[in-house]
Amino acid sequence: MSVGTIWVLAEVAEGGVASITHEMLAKARQLSDDVVAVFGGDGASIAEEVGAHGAGSVLATGDLGGALPGPSIAGAMAAAIAGGAAPKAIMVGTTYGGRDVAGRLSVKLDAPVITNIVDLADEGGLVGTEPIFGGASNVKTKFTSDKPGIFLIRPKSFEAEATGGGAAAVSALDVPDLGATGTAVVTNSFVEASEGPKLDEAAVVVSGGRGLGESDKFELIEGLAAKLGAAPGASRAIVDAGWVPYSYQVGQTGKVVKPDVYIAAGISGATQHLVGMKGSKTIIAINKDAEAPIFGVADLGIVGDVHKVLPQLLEALNARG
Amino acid sequence: MVEFHTSLAWEIGHKRRKLTAMKVAVCVKQIPDPADPGALDEATKCLKRDTKLILDESDSYGVEMALQLVDAAGGGEVVLISMAPNSEVNGLRTALAMGADQAILVSDDALAGSDALGTAKVLAAAIQRAEPDLVLAATESSDGYTGTVPEQIAELMGLPSVTFAKSIVAADGTVNVQRQTEAGYDDVTCPLPCLVSVTAGVVEPRYPSFKGIMAAKSKPVDEVTIADLGIDAGSVGWAGAGQEIVAVEEAPAREAGEIIEDEGEAYQRIVSFLDELKVI
Repeated sequence: MSVGTIWVLAEVAEGGVASITHEMLAKARQLSDDVVAVFGGDGASIAEEVGAHGAGSVLATGDLGGALPGPSIAGAMAAAIAGGAAPKAIMVGTTYGGRDVAGRLSVKLDAPVITNIVDLADEGGLVGTEPIFGGASNVKTKFTSDKPGIFLIRPKSFEAEATGGGAAAVSALDVPDLGATGTAVVTNSFVEASEGPKLDEAAVVVSGGRGLGESDKFELIEGLAAKLGAAPGASRAIVDAGWVPYSYQVGQTGKVVKPDVYIAAGISGATQHLVGMKGSKTIIAINKDAEAPIFGVADLGIVGDVHKVLPQLLEALNARG
Repeated sequence: MVEFHTSLAWEIGHKRRKLTAMKVAVCVKQIPDPADPGALDEATKCLKRDTKLILDESDSYGVEMALQLVDAAGGGEVVLISMAPNSEVNGLRTALAMGADQAILVSDDALAGSDALGTAKVLAAAIQRAEPDLVLAATESSDGYTGTVPEQIAELMGLPSVTFAKSIVAADGTVNVQRQTEAGYDDVTCPLPCLVSVTAGVVEPRYPSFKGIMAAKSKPVDEVTIADLGIDAGSVGWAGAGQEIVAVEEAPAREAGEIIEDEGEAYQRIVSFLDELKVI
């Protein structure tokens, strides 16, 4: 069964197609037999990879010449729709770039965005599922008009799956004159160095929060992470406090992680944080407050002082070699 | 650096700052205290907002950034823009106490049920009244977190925008922004007027002083209705929301885990647990 054409915003990361794009293509293919990847860049550079993940074709703007891509991609999509293209749904990843596209496009189409989607189903029309209250409840929402439905999809909601399809056919997507809205320009890009596995791909994540007490104590988290071959993460509270960079943040703002094992040390488990790690296979929590919400999702909860438990744990692990 | 050059640069810079006094509009949301557990209204499936509302902590960063930019420009004004039910000003007073100069509050029964796009339409129209050089917003609110409103406002106003700013410097009619990316950050240049959304942690928000709190009581709050803004009631609120909630379901709860009180030996259980999971 097919709901009609689905557009998937394609993004790249570190040279390849981003995992969020693969994940959305996998879900789009379940819902539709006409899946189109829309790309703000050179279509030929992604045609093979998105084709192998289920896109039948690519609509690409070509090089955007340094312009911040959101307005160009949204403008090009809206122009194509005004010119007769009729996607039933437009799937956009909840990424830094994706939200720009969804917001701009929403105004151009005068159509709302359904946000924070973790599941999309055809129930006589597409219905998106959004977790609220830290995942305690799920809200299902549908659009009430016939306009293309814009869905902002959270990373790690669907399993990426290669189909073995051939390279997708590339067509040009023209960017109209954007006036002032297109004048923001990227002049330089910086990659923040990070060691060890990537936070959103690591099999084990060790995160620290306010319970560590002071910024120096984040060493305990880094030490345990290094010992376990894990990625270090952080709650929003200590990122806001400037202890660690934003790239460490796990949560609603920040990264969504689904590791095999998630260790939360000195993290109380605010809704903001739970949303980003609740999907972990196994959760271990250490917190001195027995009432902390983190224990509600923990498979193993230690009510205790991280300053005592973490050094003991590290010593025991070191003793094992 | 020769002293002469330094002082000349300062003089030129000083004159320029005077010329470029900045008017910054900051979108602020007044939300239920996140410390209280939220709930949905059974009938309307909207977040209940029947308690006293407070300033969304996410917005305190934009307010602080605005105050610092106006200060760096050598003068100007910080105008708060908010939409809230029941003429709520509690959160606005907090931001005014931090040092913002005035506020525009849109409060109208017709706005109940507005989605992000409807909200953006209202805020854009209110911002237009202030005619700012720069519009600041948080990347997302703490209670609704759709994260689309800033970009929708920019598009409605025909402005360029930079989202997810981790630092902002304004000079010579442009802003230079460090914009958060998946891998690190980008330097982005954007001409004014424009909209910038700021991440939490971009600056350290100041605590309102006692003097500031007292002064805030008499700062102007211009309360307007959607009719004042020339907005049709049919394009906002329930009538304008192009989406419908079809169900609210309890998510399957995780099975209760094993909880141990640490008496000095609990780390051993973590070790054996990690062993069982074959992590070590």
